[in-house]
Amino acid sequence: MSEAEPSYLSAGDTLGSWLLTTDHKRIGLLYLFSILFFFFIAACAAALMRLELLTPQGDLVFSETYNKLFTMHGVLMVWFFLIPSVPSVLGNFLVPLMVGARDLAFPRLNLLSWYLFVVGGFFVMHAIVIGGVDTGWTFYTPYSSAYSNSHVIQMALGIFIAGFSSILTGLNFIITIQKMRAPGLTWFRLPLFIWSMFATSIILVLATPVLAITLVLLSVERIWGVGIFDPKLGGDPVLFQHLFWFYSHPAVYIMILPGMGVVSEIIPCFARKKMFGYRFVAFSSMAIAMIGFLVWGHHMFVSSQSIYAGMVFSFLSFLVSIPSAIKVFNWTATLYRGSITFGAPMLYALGFIGLFVMGGMTGLFLASVAVDVHVHGTYFVVAHFHYIMVGGMVTAFMGGMHFWWPKITGRLYPPLMAQIAAALLFLGFNLTFFPQYILGYLGMPRRVHDYAPEFQIYNVLSTIGASVLGLAYLLPLIYLVWSLRYGKPSGANPWEATGLEWKTPSPPPKHNFNETPIVMEEAYNYPSNKDHGDPEHV
Amino acid sequence: MFEEPSIVAEQFEDASQQAEASRLGLWTFLATEVLFFGVVLLAYVVYWHVYPADFAAACKRTNLVLGTLNSVILVTSSLTMALAVQSDLARQRKQVVILLMVTILLGASFLGVKVVEYSEDITERLLPGPNFASDLPLHSQLFFCLYWIATALHGVHLIIGLCVLSVMVILAGRGKLMAGGRHTWLELSGLYWHFVDIVWILLYPLLYLLGRHL
Repeated sequence: MSEAEPSYLSAGDTLGSWLLTTDHKRIGLLYLFSILFFFFIAACAAALMRLELLTPQGDLVFSETYNKLFTMHGVLMVWFFLIPSVPSVLGNFLVPLMVGARDLAFPRLNLLSWYLFVVGGFFVMHAIVIGGVDTGWTFYTPYSSAYSNSHVIQMALGIFIAGFSSILTGLNFIITIQKMRAPGLTWFRLPLFIWSMFATSIILVLATPVLAITLVLLSVERIWGVGIFDPKLGGDPVLFQHLFWFYSHPAVYIMILPGMGVVSEIIPCFARKKMFGYRFVAFSSMAIAMIGFLVWGHHMFVSSQSIYAGMVFSFLSFLVSIPSAIKVFNWTATLYRGSITFGAPMLYALGFIGLFVMGGMTGLFLASVAVDVHVHGTYFVVAHFHYIMVGGMVTAFMGGMHFWWPKITGRLYPPLMAQIAAALLFLGFNLTFFPQYILGYLGMPRRVHDYAPEFQIYNVLSTIGASVLGLAYLLPLIYLVWSLRYGKPSGANPWEATGLEWKTPSPPPKHNFNETPIVMEEAYNYPSNKDHGDPEHV
Repeated sequence: MFEEPSIVAEQFEDASQQAEASRLGLWTFLATEVLFFGVVLLAYVVYWHVYPADFAAACKRTNLVLGTLNSVILVTSSLTMALAVQSDLARQRKQVVILLMVTILLGASFLGVKVVEYSEDITERLLPGPNFASDLPLHSQLFFCLYWIATALHGVHLIIGLCVLSVMVILAGRGKLMAGGRHTWLELSGLYWHFVDIVWILLYPLLYLLGRHL
């Protein structure tokens, strides 16, 4: 390799050099543009719903349209934004850099996975444009298979195809992390982001096929009118729910583990301290991935599953909260006596901890069978999972984008603007979703477009919050694009962070490293303890 | 290692790293496949448990002779596949080509037998739907739903396997497998082929044997 290899961004600027690239960094950017497109559409659906809910009467859209809006919002946000957000964008960009490899193990499979994602997205958008789907993102049978008059098959096909994109990405990460680490980079020297990607990949590879075949069975039932899940023909709709949640609960961890990985990178860097209890944080990712496969029944407490199954699933759901709590305690302990600075990535990371704790604690409410029976199907559930998925994952994604933006583009963004955006996101998010906890506890059901007048005040607050949140998403879009042209060059390591990705120029050359790095030290070897951090040793 | 360095892709350090990564990749993929087929088997076991008599009645209508014949064909093809991999290690190019051709022939005959069986099933009105055989109990339709889905999915996997093996025959003929440093490709094709066999080994007793003794 030559000394002055051009950066991955300037190694070819034709359309073909992007659409046929096997460079993991470019594929990461292709994913970024794609998921932002889907995010925008899904966010528009959310905006329409929040506008409808400003008043108790159903005056903006018909109830049928409202059903299609929340289905579209759910499907696009879950499968076309959240699941690929950190893994396919930041993971694609960072996994080879962080393990000191020139690329992922299977670069062409990686490109194929992006194409599968786009084709899947095309089918889903097609289903939406020709009239939409009204089943909710959960596709419960027999409504979805026998009664719904909407385009369920196209939508299911799109998700089926995009599922293979997830599987290939997960497979690529597992092999790369196992087999392609730089010399000296042992498992316990890996950045915690890599641990979380590894755990996420295991879920992607083992859970996604279950969703795929379940959607095939659903489609067969719908096309040929046979009774796999239709009770009229001897089928069992609860079996569908078991299969669906066997994927979709682990999928929740696909949507949070990568965020935890991002936060585990940001916090030591901005506290200038080693991660407290590295091994606990690493193993807790694996524990979440494993136990996460055994808790799906807590979505089905009111589905007629046996009460004993309910008790076991309740217990296991409490169990899975322990590794999550371990992470929160360790992040907090890392902050203790750190030399903290409040750069934008750190503000996002701190926001993540707060919102994730709220979402996680209310998850325990829902894991208790009796409480769940009370709030099942209400806005309490909506608030809970938005605290995890938006408060958690989207905040972490924004934090990650701000943290690695200089690495990806070689430019710095205006720090004050970014801090304002991070603060706005935290405020706007809480204003949107905290009132929904109250709404749910008071009994407002989810998925309805009109409601009793006494709920209006909370809905108005929520809609105002959503507007603030929208602004907090828009702001980074403006200054990040601005920085591409006018931002100051960042240099290789603007945060003085540890980790192999910071040891190569920004933006990195096409083959990542001019020579294969050799790792001699543990992760997060920040100097503070020796130099000026710990007062007891000064 | 025997492999020539020229075919090591640029992201790998050496041929052995590449071979290990490819092997682990295929095993991971097979784990995915296990869960894919596992759902169909799970659905079978659940409904068999709920409607044992209907499933037994339905099972008696599948074609035991053709099913058994196909099991023999497929297991034999696994043998020739394994022998092909061994021959490639010994660099016996001609033998690899012949064994792979036999494997392909056996795989194709499996599909041929399956087509005959399908058409007989259709004439016996075993396709679920409004024309389903009226002398069978109601829930035996569920059995045949799963029968058609499982065997069709298995067939699709077998066709993919045949495509892969056809490429391998061409490569073997041109001396590009072991001699060209691509033995891993053949090894992994074999692994996939055996997996497709194992799926059938599970389907055969479930679809053709369970319930016949009742």
